[in-house]
Amino acid sequence: MSLIESGKALAQGLMQGAMAKAVALAPDSWIPGGEPDPLIRHQHGSIGKPVSRIDGPLKVAGAAPFAAEFPMADMVYAAIAYSSVARGRIASLDVAAAEAAPGVVLVMSHHNAPRLKPAPLFMSDPKAAAGDSIPVMQDDAICWNGQPIAVVLAATQEQADHAKSLIRVTYEAEAADTDFEAAIAAGTKPSQFMGQPLHDKLGDAEKALAKAPVSIEADYRTPRHNHNPIELHAVTLAWDGDTLRIHDAQQAVAHSAWTLAQVFDLQPEQILITSPYVGGGFGSKTLWQHHIIAAAAARMAQRSVRLMLTREGVYRTVGGRSLTQQHVALGAEEDGTLTALIHRGVTAKTAHNVMPEPFILPTRSAYAARTMLLDVQQVELDMISNTFMRAPGEAVGTFALECAMDELAEKLGMDPIDLRLRNEPEKDPISGLPFSSRHIAQAWRDGATRFGWDARSAVPAARREGEWLVGLGCATATYPYYRMPGGAARITLSREGEATIDIAAHEMGMGTSTAQTQVAAERLGLPMERIRFNYGDSTLPGLVLAGGSQQTASIGAAVIAAYNKLVAELLALAGNDSPLAGLKPDEVGSQDGGLAKLDDPSRHESYASILNRAQRAAISVEAEPPQPLETMHWSMHSHGAMFCEARVNVVTGEPRVTRFLGSFDCGRILNPKTAASQFRGGIIMGLGLALMEETQFDERSGRIMNPSLAEYHVPVHMDVPEIDVMWTDIPDPHTPMGARGIGEIGITGTGAAVANAIYNATGKRVRDLPITLDKLL
Amino acid sequence: MSINVNGAPIALPQDPRMSLLDLLREQEHLSGTKKGCNQGACGACTILVNGERILSCLALAVQYDGQEITTIEGLGSADDLHPIQRAFVQHDGFQCGYCTPGQICSAVGMIAELQRGVPSHVTDDLGDEAIAFSQEEVRERMSGNLCRRGAYNGIIDAITESVAEVAQ
Repeated sequence: MSLIESGKALAQGLMQGAMAKAVALAPDSWIPGGEPDPLIRHQHGSIGKPVSRIDGPLKVAGAAPFAAEFPMADMVYAAIAYSSVARGRIASLDVAAAEAAPGVVLVMSHHNAPRLKPAPLFMSDPKAAAGDSIPVMQDDAICWNGQPIAVVLAATQEQADHAKSLIRVTYEAEAADTDFEAAIAAGTKPSQFMGQPLHDKLGDAEKALAKAPVSIEADYRTPRHNHNPIELHAVTLAWDGDTLRIHDAQQAVAHSAWTLAQVFDLQPEQILITSPYVGGGFGSKTLWQHHIIAAAAARMAQRSVRLMLTREGVYRTVGGRSLTQQHVALGAEEDGTLTALIHRGVTAKTAHNVMPEPFILPTRSAYAARTMLLDVQQVELDMISNTFMRAPGEAVGTFALECAMDELAEKLGMDPIDLRLRNEPEKDPISGLPFSSRHIAQAWRDGATRFGWDARSAVPAARREGEWLVGLGCATATYPYYRMPGGAARITLSREGEATIDIAAHEMGMGTSTAQTQVAAERLGLPMERIRFNYGDSTLPGLVLAGGSQQTASIGAAVIAAYNKLVAELLALAGNDSPLAGLKPDEVGSQDGGLAKLDDPSRHESYASILNRAQRAAISVEAEPPQPLETMHWSMHSHGAMFCEARVNVVTGEPRVTRFLGSFDCGRILNPKTAASQFRGGIIMGLGLALMEETQFDERSGRIMNPSLAEYHVPVHMDVPEIDVMWTDIPDPHTPMGARGIGEIGITGTGAAVANAIYNATGKRVRDLPITLDKLL
Repeated sequence: MSINVNGAPIALPQDPRMSLLDLLREQEHLSGTKKGCNQGACGACTILVNGERILSCLALAVQYDGQEITTIEGLGSADDLHPIQRAFVQHDGFQCGYCTPGQICSAVGMIAELQRGVPSHVTDDLGDEAIAFSQEEVRERMSGNLCRRGAYNGIIDAITESVAEVAQ
């Protein structure tokens, strides 16, 4: 970083610091969420009902169209060739045989690709979405093993695949940094996440640790992971003049449209991305090189293009979660009071992204330790750019922290739940902010009762059933409430009493369209059948990332802003002949298909009546919510208490999870049916993290060795017991609808709960994931 | 030469390399059958051939001349769901919906296997005429169908509820 850049960063940091202080000290009423969302009081409407997914019939009939399923005229198919060295340059690339192969219309490589600008990297701009900033086929440089080097377009997929196999390439390989330990030995650097240092200090933790009556220290390791949504990354796209139309699998339609516009030097409006159904994303379905390759090749060939990455292609093109090496040291009084909490370690990223796996995030607000030292260091490797994967930071950070808490509990001779409750903070330990809503103690108590925690033996390896050792373990789950800037929504209300919500949000299976239809119905006082929720289209209002478990809040706040504007405009339209005459917007609410005075519902007029009198067919308003200052005013987090029963076979070492309970405190639950699925889905991915998932990386060549679903093991039916979930359902008074995001919390804490249960079953403490049977023999 | 797909004959592809999966998706636009790995590891492309479940990504289309194929579109439509499709909606046996057609076709084929007495890894008595329905049998037999969003509990509940109707 140059001196000028460091100066800028410092000034920005100071500004942010001053701003944060002002926001923290401001009165609640100045802050978004200072006045609770009126919907929090609605107890008997459509919110909280276990409504089946509104897109369910389409999905189970196979009639919901995904990105690679839209027909386009004059379409050709793409196949990509990938580099087999990690660093260097392409010495020769012979595509003559591929070009001459039957059906081929184009082979594009750095020899003939159009000039393209670099893709703005995710987090480098509020609208940027690219996973790496490496120029796409602009020169002969190779930056990772698996980098796309050429693409074939042909009339059929079979022809494209065959032609790709005819490409001949040689490299001038250069020495690459692909060995994590060697890179650490050569020196690490401090990490930053979203512009903030991944470093926190409270008092002198090292000194406190040395003086602590009881202490533990341990090292934990977590491997690389891949998202592996079952839908392969795909686009079907075509140019119409200088306008690009993309059917995509996206969790950031507006971001990706803006980013592609930068690459092709166009206006964002010239890129139209739609993505009505997405077959899972988990952080992976942002903008990667295949988008740029398909769009550039389509422009060259003047044909529409379908590019569906192969499963191996996804591993080569789309990054996953990076690996971590974490050190946790805990010091405590005899009664369990934490006097020192140290959580530090190293992760790997690339020179072409800004994503160090931020594993200390969950530790910041976890426990009331008197002193703390949290730090993430990074090294840069020549590998595919790593990225966000479900609960980045928390998923693997809670593994280390919550295993360490279990180790400390045993050394103290305390119950691990009691140890956690003993250290429950009254305010955020690092920021000092009050919590917006924190009922983790209730989640622990309710969960412990339901799970039967009192049956656990404090002594490991005490319970054997036939060939199986049985143990119970627990851990805290946690994930922050986020709401990212840039939201906006449009509400259109018709004379027939039908409402349309338009927002560039996403449905990847979270249940967004269903839950948001429920919320809109409740907010507008209309039945669900009268609501149409439009999403997944970059031309709709709003910049809404389906990430950080923030979509519910982002959509909620945007719709609140639009709704408030709608009410004001309806009152203006209603005029003096209305029962609502003279009322101010804050005196009315929606009820029975119209507006009513809050404390006198007899003063009511239907939307139809208001619009009819005003001779309007419809009214349409669009608004943006205020900046998300609430997260600088309160410490806002969801929590969960995770309980696991694990069995380990004494003959084979095979570990099995036979019972699991997640007891959550995530604010108000909007739809218990889809929410339960979200919680379970996160927990199941956590079982994968605990027991089987690992992207195997050849540290000699920098190549991913198991790029397939046959060799990267994800949980299957037989690995998954019935998973019990419960929740406090206590609304957060400072969030839209009283809800906090639930998409990611399930994967947090789960790894530690499993590891702790396995320890309780066997007396073997495995600190490097995944916990495979060889580590238990 | 033709294949019967959901009761209607369709032409075999010109290219013998074309998989049954690509024939359905790209030539016939029957995109309810999904591609998740194209190498037999995920189960998203499961269809029924003469009532038996197969992975259509591992099947060359030209080998299926004269065979009767049922895809998800042949089981029911969004307006007229098959009982097991209805049960999937009711029990939230899916989230994103991508592996879902494969799960459903696989379940239909799996129930027929139980009725025919085809044993599995967890079957105690290999000589049984028909295999009793149990959660363990179903979980074992459905393990070739991956769901990354983790709707497994709902899938098992949906199959459990609809097994009697499907078996008829």
